[in-house]
Amino acid sequence: MRVLFFLGLFIFLFAEGVSSQEIPVYSNFKKVEYLLHKDTDTTYVINFWATWCAPCVKEMPAFNRLHEEFKNEPLDITLISLDFGSSAVERVKKFSEKHGIKSRIVILDDPDSNSWINKVSPEWSGALPGTLIYNQDFRKFYEKEFNYKELYHIVKSKIK
Amino acid sequence: MKKIVLSAVLVLISVMVFSQGYEIGDKAKNFRLKNVDDSYVSLSDYEDEKGVIVVFTCNHCPYAQAWEDRIIGLDKKFDKKGYPVVAIQPNDTEMYPDDSFENMKKRAEEKNYTFPYLIDKKQEVYKEFGATRTPHLFILENQEGEFIVQYIGAPDDNYKDADAVEKHYAANAVNSLLNGNKPEPAKTKAIGCSIKDKSK
Repeated sequence: MRVLFFLGLFIFLFAEGVSSQEIPVYSNFKKVEYLLHKDTDTTYVINFWATWCAPCVKEMPAFNRLHEEFKNEPLDITLISLDFGSSAVERVKKFSEKHGIKSRIVILDDPDSNSWINKVSPEWSGALPGTLIYNQDFRKFYEKEFNYKELYHIVKSKIK
Repeated sequence: MKKIVLSAVLVLISVMVFSQGYEIGDKAKNFRLKNVDDSYVSLSDYEDEKGVIVVFTCNHCPYAQAWEDRIIGLDKKFDKKGYPVVAIQPNDTEMYPDDSFENMKKRAEEKNYTFPYLIDKKQEVYKEFGATRTPHLFILENQEGEFIVQYIGAPDDNYKDADAVEKHYAANAVNSLLNGNKPEPAKTKAIGCSIKDKSK
């Protein structure tokens, strides 16, 4: 009986983890740095955003569409939220559910941003939104609000 | 004719490439902008000061809000030492009604700003400086009437928690200048809200 209970609990927890995205919070840039330097055949899109940033919210559907369009190709999208404050996780989670976000979301809560902005890219001044696109042969930071067409053309031309 | 067109294009390209704003050591051009008390404020009004702390900031941005009290603190600390704060709101107010001139007035009154809060209505001054986000600081040193850019960047190293600040970049920069030294670091970065401009 006890075994069954734990089995049930395990299935419940596992199913829960799959159905709604758990959003990790990293208080140190080092924990997300590896996401910016993966040496694989995949092309990576890393978007820096926040729920309160209007141009970030505006470009979110473009990243969603990109995710759909290339879901069978070697493209990996991560959305790094810079939301802060006591309700940050809740805010990001609600946003993710409301907008049906398909890509991985993490929250970076490392307010000493001068220490890490240049590690993302020396081309970035720190203004939101910003997007890094890279693979083994290409690396570029875009400090701008994207529309889908621009995003699609860059990814399409770089994907392997 | 072709030559004229070609050189015009080249000039345009070089303007686009090189007008990326001020670097350390550049001389800041004079500006004249409307303040929340409806008077006009110019950089040249500060020629009797040792320098000016120019802050591009706004009402709506959470990073600007998080740093707001510390900006007020900078003016309280350094105005009497010859480095007053001058705040400039660079956003398009149609895109961001929170940053309208009326709302700037309200904000300055609510928070008892001890410094001018100017509107960059034509959105030319922020481009001249090369500001990209709010808040974005430029500390200018008055060298015989010329305002030389000596520090560009963040107020300090923690956008969300004043009590957790370890490096007071802006205050240290002003103190260095007051002691006759160059700020170190002279440039820092921080997360902020992009400046909202319809033309971009």
